[in-house]
Amino acid sequence: MELKEKLVSSFLAFENKGGLDLDSNVHEIRQKAIHNFENQGFPTKKDEEWKYTNLKSLLKNDFNLFPSTNKSVEFKDVERYLINEIESYKLIFIDGVFSSFLSTTTHDEWDICVLSSALTKPKYKMVVDNYFNTLAKNNNSLSELNTAFAKEGAFINIPKNTIVPKPIQIINFSTGSEKEVILQPRNLVVVGENSHVQIIERHQNLSKNTTLTNAVTEIFVHKRAIVDYYKIQNDTQNSSLIDSTFVSQKQQSVASVNTYSFGGKLIRNNLEFQHEGEYITSNLNGISILNNKQHVDNHTLVNHKYPNCESHELYKGIYADKSTGVFNGKVIVQQAAQKTNAFQQNNNILIDDGATINAKPQLEIFADDVKCSHGCTIGQLDENALFYMRSRGIPKKEATALLLFAFGNEVVEKIKIPQLKSRIIKLIAKNLGVNLGFEM
Amino acid sequence: MLQVKNLHASINDKEILKGINLEIKAGEVHAIMGPNGSGKSTLSAVIAGKEEFEVTEGAVILNNQDLADLAPEERAHKGIFLSFQYPIEIPGVTVTNFIKTAINETRKANGLEELSAKDMLKLIREKADLLELDRKFLSRSLNEGFSGGEKKRNEIFQMAMLEPKLAILDETDSGLDIDALKVVANGVNKLKNKDNAVLLITHYQRLLDYIIPDFVHVLYNGKIVKSGGKELAHELEKKGYDWLK
Repeated sequence: MELKEKLVSSFLAFENKGGLDLDSNVHEIRQKAIHNFENQGFPTKKDEEWKYTNLKSLLKNDFNLFPSTNKSVEFKDVERYLINEIESYKLIFIDGVFSSFLSTTTHDEWDICVLSSALTKPKYKMVVDNYFNTLAKNNNSLSELNTAFAKEGAFINIPKNTIVPKPIQIINFSTGSEKEVILQPRNLVVVGENSHVQIIERHQNLSKNTTLTNAVTEIFVHKRAIVDYYKIQNDTQNSSLIDSTFVSQKQQSVASVNTYSFGGKLIRNNLEFQHEGEYITSNLNGISILNNKQHVDNHTLVNHKYPNCESHELYKGIYADKSTGVFNGKVIVQQAAQKTNAFQQNNNILIDDGATINAKPQLEIFADDVKCSHGCTIGQLDENALFYMRSRGIPKKEATALLLFAFGNEVVEKIKIPQLKSRIIKLIAKNLGVNLGFEM
Repeated sequence: MLQVKNLHASINDKEILKGINLEIKAGEVHAIMGPNGSGKSTLSAVIAGKEEFEVTEGAVILNNQDLADLAPEERAHKGIFLSFQYPIEIPGVTVTNFIKTAINETRKANGLEELSAKDMLKLIREKADLLELDRKFLSRSLNEGFSGGEKKRNEIFQMAMLEPKLAILDETDSGLDIDALKVVANGVNKLKNKDNAVLLITHYQRLLDYIIPDFVHVLYNGKIVKSGGKELAHELEKKGYDWLK
């Protein structure tokens, strides 16, 4: 059976054992979503938005849709994937199931817990009705698929005037209990007026088996709130990720999403910002460092609808071997959005002849009093700079790594959590295959 | 120490160096002067091992070893240092981290243990003082946003740290005001001893008032057309290069 048919035909069984009140709004949302997915199917290369990312061979796997969770996971098995140098809240999922044993949650002054409880408990009905699937709906068939099977993930609900004192780590582990498995985590983040939250997200396959993660995150940022979101994508060579993140911002809010793509077979990031007020700032930063036959596709959208807002987008890519990258950065400045400042920069280095980058800056500007700029470069390593370092006794490999560090530094500098920054630097060093003997 | 024998070098099949002969002994300071396009910077780059240049004939020999097959870093490990006319900016890598990496890679290549953090810091401070470098300067990104003078002082600071046998200073005086020039020259003079040698590449005689050469060579159209003592530099300053063509 084709994967699409398999998914659609298993929907009823999923709904029946989901423990949901069948009269609830969520039930209706899921039904609409599976219907939409059935109509649209998986995207193909004929879709303009999927021109350079082909899911065909990935979807041929005989995926298991509902992984069993027999494997017990100890803290020591996953410790190295956590950032333990800082105190944090932790939401840890094993094969799509919440692990209360490994997690640190709270319901005291704010909710840092799980979506399954939000979807079923009456006290969260208001939040779910107001926010759940309001951004992801009618967007793309993969998000519809996620919505249809949405059951578990992070639920972060921060009331107004709250600075959450510790970052929140959301980590989805898969243990490889099935040979090929699909995971569909669903996160909902609501940040109240004047509040501030920092979130670190990671997907990690603990086995050599094949995984496909189709994740959706909706983030609501209310007036003057600040959200810093970090995505660490450093999974195994058998893991693929389709990650859709939808951000809705109210006036004077600041939202930043930082994406570090170092590992995985195929990664597709859909990142969308919708402006719902004036004086909003949106920051989109990303760095991809790829080798072998890895593929990373960053599709971004910033929709400027109101005056006096700004967006800053900076994506860098380093491509070795036969790896391929895609950058498609769309910025829409609607007619009402006068005095918009929108900046986009995309810089790429191709290290080997076999590497490819398809870059497409896409600016659609309908307002006349705006400052918008975009720059896109594709280059190779600067031979003079390499010679400079080698003439000081630094071997070619290390000199190359230092240059690439320097190239990516602007993105790394945006990280506001020092412990995370040093972790990212270590991951970069590891991916460049060097030990530099110092921390930058 | 260094022997350049009938050196021919080209880039993209265009011959730049057309048979250069030069011998530098330990303890000596040599200056190479010449008009723009004469091949001065090419000579320094070829000695340091820049791979874009192809040596078509002749040899560069350091302490009886032909350098032909050695990569730039291997030449550095054997004691060649090239101070760049236009030092490269490397954002995100501090002056300290860069020089630490350079020192430890050089030590490793020479079978020495890496320098301890404490000894490294001590050495860095000592040499920074020699070049009158502000401590804050050491934690800035390498050459990023440095003034011309700062870049050149940083080059000589790295030279002081690496203690090369042969230091080639390529147009080190360009872009320097007189005070910066004095600091740089003073640094070079302090590092000079009977076991090392300096090769100055310069357009003007100005630098040679502060670092006194033992020999001056005039490079023109890829060849050394005249050699002499330090008085040759003064003659060039007065007469220009035309009389040598």
